[in-house]
Amino acid sequence: MPEWLIIVTPFVYLGLLFAIAYVADQRARSGRSLVNNPYVYTLSIAVYCTAWTFYGSVGRAAQDGMSFITIYLGPTLVAIVWWLVLRKMIRIAKQHRVTSIADFIASRYGKSMLLGGLATFIAVVGITPYIALQLKAVSASFDALISFPDGAGGAAAGTALLGDKAFWVAGLLAVFAILFGTRNIDATERLEGMVVAVAFESIVKLVAFLAVGVFVTFVLYAGPADLVQHAREQEALRELLSFRDSPGGYGSWLGMMLLSMAAILFLPRQFQVTVVENVNEDHLRVASWLFPLYLLLINIFVLPIALAGLLYFGDTPVSPDNYVLALPLAEGNELLALFVYLGGFSAATGMVIVATIALAIMVSNDLFMPALLRIRHWPVIERFGLRRLIIYLRRGIIVGLVLLGYAYFRLIAETYALVSIGLISFVAVAQFAPPILLGMYWKGASRPGAVVGLVAGFAIWAYTLFLPSLMDPGWLPAGPLDGGPFGIALLDPHALFGLRGLDPITHALFWSMLGNVGSIVVISLLTRQSDIERIQAALFVDVFLRSEQDTRFWQGNATIGDVEALLARFVGEERARKALAHYLPRGDDPAEAAGRQAPPGLVNHAERVLSGTIGSASARVMVSSIVQGEALTFEGVMQILDATSQAIEYSQRLEQKSRQLEQATSELRAANERLKELDQLKDEFVSMVSHELRTPLTSIRAFGEILMNNPDMDGDQRHEFLDVVVRESERLTRLINQVLDLSRIESGWSAWQLQTVDLRDIVHEGAEATSQLFRDRDLALQQDTPEQPCYVKGDADRLIQLVINLLSNAVKFSDPERGAVRVSLATRGSFHELRVTDHGPGIPEHERERVFDKFHQISDQQAGKPKGSGLGLAICKRITDLHWGTIHAENADAGGASFVVRLPEAGGEHCDIG
Amino acid sequence: MPKRILIVDDEPNIVLSLEFLMKKSGYEVTTATDGDQALAAVDRDNPDLVLLDVMMPRKDGYQVCQMLRERADLPDLRIVMLTAKGRDVEREKGLSLGADDYITKPFSTQDVVDKVDELLGAS
Amino acid sequence: MADGDRQRSVRSPSSRAERLVALFAVAFLLLNYPLLSLFAGDALAFGIPVLYLYLFLAWAGVIALTGWIMSRRHRH
Repeated sequence: MPEWLIIVTPFVYLGLLFAIAYVADQRARSGRSLVNNPYVYTLSIAVYCTAWTFYGSVGRAAQDGMSFITIYLGPTLVAIVWWLVLRKMIRIAKQHRVTSIADFIASRYGKSMLLGGLATFIAVVGITPYIALQLKAVSASFDALISFPDGAGGAAAGTALLGDKAFWVAGLLAVFAILFGTRNIDATERLEGMVVAVAFESIVKLVAFLAVGVFVTFVLYAGPADLVQHAREQEALRELLSFRDSPGGYGSWLGMMLLSMAAILFLPRQFQVTVVENVNEDHLRVASWLFPLYLLLINIFVLPIALAGLLYFGDTPVSPDNYVLALPLAEGNELLALFVYLGGFSAATGMVIVATIALAIMVSNDLFMPALLRIRHWPVIERFGLRRLIIYLRRGIIVGLVLLGYAYFRLIAETYALVSIGLISFVAVAQFAPPILLGMYWKGASRPGAVVGLVAGFAIWAYTLFLPSLMDPGWLPAGPLDGGPFGIALLDPHALFGLRGLDPITHALFWSMLGNVGSIVVISLLTRQSDIERIQAALFVDVFLRSEQDTRFWQGNATIGDVEALLARFVGEERARKALAHYLPRGDDPAEAAGRQAPPGLVNHAERVLSGTIGSASARVMVSSIVQGEALTFEGVMQILDATSQAIEYSQRLEQKSRQLEQATSELRAANERLKELDQLKDEFVSMVSHELRTPLTSIRAFGEILMNNPDMDGDQRHEFLDVVVRESERLTRLINQVLDLSRIESGWSAWQLQTVDLRDIVHEGAEATSQLFRDRDLALQQDTPEQPCYVKGDADRLIQLVINLLSNAVKFSDPERGAVRVSLATRGSFHELRVTDHGPGIPEHERERVFDKFHQISDQQAGKPKGSGLGLAICKRITDLHWGTIHAENADAGGASFVVRLPEAGGEHCDIG
Repeated sequence: MPKRILIVDDEPNIVLSLEFLMKKSGYEVTTATDGDQALAAVDRDNPDLVLLDVMMPRKDGYQVCQMLRERADLPDLRIVMLTAKGRDVEREKGLSLGADDYITKPFSTQDVVDKVDELLGAS
Repeated sequence: MADGDRQRSVRSPSSRAERLVALFAVAFLLLNYPLLSLFAGDALAFGIPVLYLYLFLAWAGVIALTGWIMSRRHRH
């Protein structure tokens, strides 16, 4: 491939990228923003995938098998709870105009300049290896493309500075970052051009990687199964397919996962794209599944490419980190190789641009600005104006950061694999996790705790990872610190205090986290927070409970003119006027208002605007310089805060209460309906009972009076009437007994004796009890019970009553001349079936359901009035219901009616009550 | 010529007692045990007064009463409702449907005889 | 059952957070020792190493569930 093409392509590509960014910025200015959609947001988060992913994962997989994937599983886990954690960070950042991870920490712990500076320092030192990684990858890919197959991926560490391509790559990236990131100095004004460019790069690198993956898997080999089959023929490759080969085993697996979980939240560039550049919290709803999906896609071909690379280049000097590029090159597919090269370039440039911009904002706001503010008179500032000074400062910082990365690359990168370098950065960034997460959820976390925790974690990181990386050229135990300085084995950086058995990264992660978290927790518990810390802690932890307007700190006096002048110095006259306009009455002349006292809202607003430009700590110092008098005390602020948060909480509670009330109301209404229904039923029941009682009573009274008033009645008639009186009295008694029975059964379980009973015994006893009835009517009773017992669970007395009721019912309606009443018992599946058949008139179809209603009497009885109370069958129904059984009536074959009761077998599934 | 009374009730013992009382008071008595029989008996026997039970199979007493009152050919027919449901609503309903009087079960035999005498004696 | 409905509607405002935390726990368990060790061998399924297959399928499942939880409208 001609060298000029290889050199020109990246320039053309960067030009395209800049054009995209330019268009995006133009559209943002005209109000047609491209970034206000969740897909661009998600793609911009994919800046997580750098040259490490693009080239390094394959290298890692070729060495260790599947362990590369942990770096992407961690973010997937975190993405699940983004809606809970990241949304809170976004809300906090917006309310406090936080523009970087260092500012976030500083602001939480009382707008501490010390913490802001410390965090910035850690971020710069920690990210430098990461930037070096990108430079190494780009220059290595460049070399591979030019000199394949001879050079095979060695970067030119020994060459002169100006002859080193990596130096020029570094310079190019710095220029590009400056073009994107430092045209406007208020970092809270989003860098939309940068975001859209990065999102575009994410598409390029994904498509490029998928292209080479498909090429390797389906063109070089006949699909994944074929590739796997080839790989399994070699013992060394076979090992890569299982877990056994992962270094450090499951401990390292977990360690890497935790590390990447911290990285996705707290890497400065991730904070920049996920928090600072977030337009709408709702975009998280898509990003939290789409981003993991992106990660899955870009990883799906990593192992196949690694296997194919090993099979292809197994014994040659081609570095596994370069397999992605080398495979299409070796196959002579130069166009694909060039596209892959561009994909890797995309991955690297995206990272460098966003990371250096994010770091530059941190360094200028949290390191330089506090220092500058201490100098009373700044002749430089008088000459340039503060805004231009800040812009130049940031540009210088970007150049410095890229050069720092380049220096690290020259120093050590030659000897390390890409992933190893990246992991060093991850452990440094993980140090931010404890102060931020604890700070977001625990009001007690204090500034001294955070300071000591960060220092301790960073020191352990530097000692166990960073210093050894600078000193040992080979990662192998041969450097000056190995075996411990001065021969003290306990201080061996790879086995601190004698801890062995972990790989260096997990080892460093464990000790640094122990020191970091331990310090924060212990010291926070032992120290008292200052007023401003307590205020900020409350505002951070309860961010969802409060509105932006609540963050009022200033009660002293400042004139409107002072505020305007202060703002103008940092953000320009125009924006200062705009900020003021909100707080002045309409039509008020700012020039006239200058001497008046500024309202507290304006002062606070000014502080937030300044925070976006120079960081929260510096902003506080600047505002305090124009405000006469004290900032509010903790108690003062808390009073204001509590008033509003109470109001919010109260209204939330009220809402919940009213929801509950609504529900209770509808429940009450339903209960009331039910009660009304029941009341009506009861009314009907009482009316029915009264009717049924009055009927026999009527006969009794009437005949009683007749007999009394007619003493001269003849004997036969007298006897007939007395007989009526006696029978009706019996009827009355029976009725009363049954009403009592029914009410006892209706009242349910309480008096019941549940036991396992044999239905055969029940039938016998029922027959026994009704034998007199049968004899009276000259009826036979035929019993048909099986050999084996029929156990059911229930109350023996009730069941006997059931049989008695059915038998007496049968007696009443049977015609003695047509045959016997038959009672039979049989087992059908998990039920026992009791059947009582009579030879009466039968029951018409439409009556079959209703015969079980209380007081229902079948109307069509040619024998005149039926002899029952109308309660017998109702009682039967109730008893079977309470035994989980069913009862129904059917017509027997020979005419007459059958009543069929089914009761579940004891111990069966149908009677599982306690 | 003695007045004719139709006794309608589905309780045979109640019919029996009323029949005895009415005959003893000198009336001619026919009986029926449900609504349809009652309507047929009115046509057949042309009674002067009906003792009509309310709760009966087939047509209940209210329906029978209403149907009898809708007929123009029976302007002088007296109707006395008999019911075991002693609530005021039922009494009102019976009277509003055109019953001449209303007796609640259980009744005093003297009351029934007095009421029937009064209604028939006045005409 | 009516009881279940009532409880669900009272608890609905926090249900998404609860689901997300539960899914996080499940995903964490799925992707770590000891469940992971069940697939650590070098066996093949459909010609593909089981470890590779398991990791990607579990991963895809977690993504799908996240998407499902997040796409359901918030009830207030």
